Amino acid sequence: MAEIIQDIQEQEYIINMGPQHPSTHGVLRLVLSLRGETVLSVQPHCGYIHRGIEKMCERLTYQQIIHLTDRLDYLSAHINNHAVCMAVETALGIEIPERVKYIRTIMDELARIASHQLWWCSFGMDLGALTAFFYGLRDREPILDIFEESTGGRLIQSYYTPGGLMKDIHPDFQKRVKDYIIYFRKKIGEYDQLLSGNVIMNQRTQGIGKLTKEEAISFGVTGPSGRGSGFECDVRKHRPYGMYGKVEFKEILRSEGDAFARYMVRMDEMRESLNIIEQLIDNIPAGDFTVKMKPVIKLPEGEYYQRVEAARGEFGVFISSKGEKYPYRIKLRSPNFSNLSALHTMANGQKIADLVAIGASLDYVIPDIDR
Amino acid sequence: MRGLINYFSGMFNGIISLLKGMGVTGKYFFTSPVTIVTQQYPENRKTLEMFDAFKGEVTMPHDENNEHKCTACSICQINCPNGSIEIVSRDVVNDEGKKRKELDKHLYNIGMCSFCGLCIKTCPSNALAWGQEFEHSMFTRDKFVKTLNNEGSKLMQKKGVE
Amino acid sequence: MEFNIYDFTSFTKWIDESLNAAMSPFWVMITEMAIIGVAILAFYALVGLFLVYAERKVCAFMQNRVGPNRVGPFGIFQTIADLLKLLMKELVYIKNADKLLFNIAPFIVITASFLAIAAIPFARGLHAIDFNIGIFYVVAVSSLGVIGILLAGWSSNSKYSLIGAMRSGAQIVSYELSVGLSLITMVVLAGSMQLSTIVEAQANGWFIFTGHVPAVIAFVIFLIASTAETNRGPFDLAEAESELTAGFHTEYSGIRFAFFFLAEYMNMFIVASIAATVFWGGWMPFHVPGWEGFNTVMDYIPPFIWYIGKTAVIIFILMLFKWTFPRLRIDQLLTLEWKYLLPINLFNVVLMAFIVLMGWHW
Repeated sequence: MAEIIQDIQEQEYIINMGPQHPSTHGVLRLVLSLRGETVLSVQPHCGYIHRGIEKMCERLTYQQIIHLTDRLDYLSAHINNHAVCMAVETALGIEIPERVKYIRTIMDELARIASHQLWWCSFGMDLGALTAFFYGLRDREPILDIFEESTGGRLIQSYYTPGGLMKDIHPDFQKRVKDYIIYFRKKIGEYDQLLSGNVIMNQRTQGIGKLTKEEAISFGVTGPSGRGSGFECDVRKHRPYGMYGKVEFKEILRSEGDAFARYMVRMDEMRESLNIIEQLIDNIPAGDFTVKMKPVIKLPEGEYYQRVEAARGEFGVFISSKGEKYPYRIKLRSPNFSNLSALHTMANGQKIADLVAIGASLDYVIPDIDR
Repeated sequence: MRGLINYFSGMFNGIISLLKGMGVTGKYFFTSPVTIVTQQYPENRKTLEMFDAFKGEVTMPHDENNEHKCTACSICQINCPNGSIEIVSRDVVNDEGKKRKELDKHLYNIGMCSFCGLCIKTCPSNALAWGQEFEHSMFTRDKFVKTLNNEGSKLMQKKGVE
Repeated sequence: MEFNIYDFTSFTKWIDESLNAAMSPFWVMITEMAIIGVAILAFYALVGLFLVYAERKVCAFMQNRVGPNRVGPFGIFQTIADLLKLLMKELVYIKNADKLLFNIAPFIVITASFLAIAAIPFARGLHAIDFNIGIFYVVAVSSLGVIGILLAGWSSNSKYSLIGAMRSGAQIVSYELSVGLSLITMVVLAGSMQLSTIVEAQANGWFIFTGHVPAVIAFVIFLIASTAETNRGPFDLAEAESELTAGFHTEYSGIRFAFFFLAEYMNMFIVASIAATVFWGGWMPFHVPGWEGFNTVMDYIPPFIWYIGKTAVIIFILMLFKWTFPRLRIDQLLTLEWKYLLPINLFNVVLMAFIVLMGWHW
């Protein structure tokens, strides 16, 4: 009998979380080995939604690539496209109009807010606060309407194109964005009342999923998750692109490195994004919305890299060109893949419920991991 | 003693935070008919209006004489990243003895379309436009392939040529 | 026979007498049991269906949604349609599952909640069994459900189910204490365990008003602990959707799943009834001593309405809990019970006993 008990105590309880599971936000499979409720190890198995986007890009022109990078991290589609467009524009040495830069920056920040709102929804839902989900979606809706009015798309916009934009913004754009800033400033206080200050939520997240600054750097955890550990990795601040060099904003940093820190970084980033938009929205200069581009873009031979700050971290596009109209090779540095690699370090020794909270605080988007 | 104070203050603050959260949900419950944001979709179908820029489907506008602007140049077909456009054209000889292409069928497979808008943007004669239709579900896959030009339609003659 | 909506005693007595005139005492007993059984079963199904509908509507309004609105006016037949769907669904059997226990588990859960209804006083005279140990019986019977949950989790041969069942076991065993102790606090005040006596004792003021601070504390603790005992959010760890997909009933389908589902809602109804009976006076109208006119007006409202109204308010509070709060973690759940609720509860019993001893409670 004693042997059996010892045997049971030493055995690990292997459990498959996913590929179909409510809290893996898609088709991610986590193989957990448990002892009781304690997680001994987490092994992420990705690739269930691998579409070979990098390979597909090798047979597409630079304008056509845009519609695929939309579908990587679909919640920050604008931002991904920004990276591709900038990579092509710098390679060609084109100076794009100020108006385009303004609009792109505003759109990026709106996309960031919308993305963080959806993260807030799913964070609440993963912790069991189901009402949060609907409040977040409700407030995301006006942003999607703004997108739809100007770009024609709600989730996948395909709005940027090398050299500018697909079409000009709608005349109501500025007014709607300004209304939205006023509206969302009010609602974000509600988010704090409902979830941020809630004692259950605080206990569920504080001290959970610790990631030190050194670990964050070594895993390449960027974005709000990295900044929650004190890793100064905001590309907008350190390598300004678009209009980020001209606006004033804070790089939100927290030193705790736990799930709550990552939560608070994202909440503060939403406020900071509102500030950025507020500084830009009244000053959009008149002018062309695109540069006249040749119908067939051929990048000069060479290698080009452009990075931007996507909603979940640093998104990078590496283009190797042989001077043809198709890229020779494209490598996309997706933030979620690196962030996911730190999951084991964070979740080791925590409970199953904590693993869900950590996953929620990392905010992974599976198509971005698998590409 | 300090532990005891922390025990009670923690409990008290916790209860306050819980009550705050209940205040938010309770507020929405009691103001519910006003604050409902969902749309009643099939009921509001008649009044539902999409934005002008809405990318519903690719259409080919025809004028009142059943004429379109497509010259069957196949630029949209080349630019489409998914191969969802296929142009079937026939060669015709006009009165002056010049050979030129004329559109027979503009086949558009909406099942493969990713709504990137490159065909519409690159069309040299502005023959394509976005339509507002969004109810695309079909029972069989072959119904996704649509012929954009109408039956018996002709190329619109450029003004000032005649 | 006189049918009085304010007092069902004469009505039930009339049924009893007319049956006695017709048959022997043994058959009278059998018939009465059958009548009560059918009545409770019908009530059970109706309330269960209505509660599912109410919960969906309430949460929808909290979430700025409309809720079910397609089947019937305002969607009131939605749950009936759902039930029909569940009845017709295939019952999936799991390979290597313990067939007997797997089949029995939903019935244990639903029987446990069914038994508890018998002791609840709905109105004056409308009371299936009036035990002299009514509260004791309710506490004992309502905790039987955990056996069904444990069996369901164990017999499904599924890892998620097992974790859910183990969580549920730890949770219900712990929170039983708080439910019991908070009720004992009120028993000290009432001086009786008989539910009808407890209700009668609140004729001049509900216990939550006459029992001073300890009664309020006991009420809050009872609400929290009973939410945990019914496996509802924020204590729904046993079925924690985002962690264990559906916990102990992951592998159940069709009508067996419906049993678990219905039992959960009926448990909510039962704890709300107990809370209404013990703390808010059950079917007793709201009386303020000395305000004769006001009291007479309140007496005009039938007791059954009072009972339903109070229960509905408590159910609404439970729903507000569920749809507002994030879920607790298993160790935090146990911490809450053993480090907060239990010590406060023990202190509270002593405080209540002191108050009763000094005679401050009336």
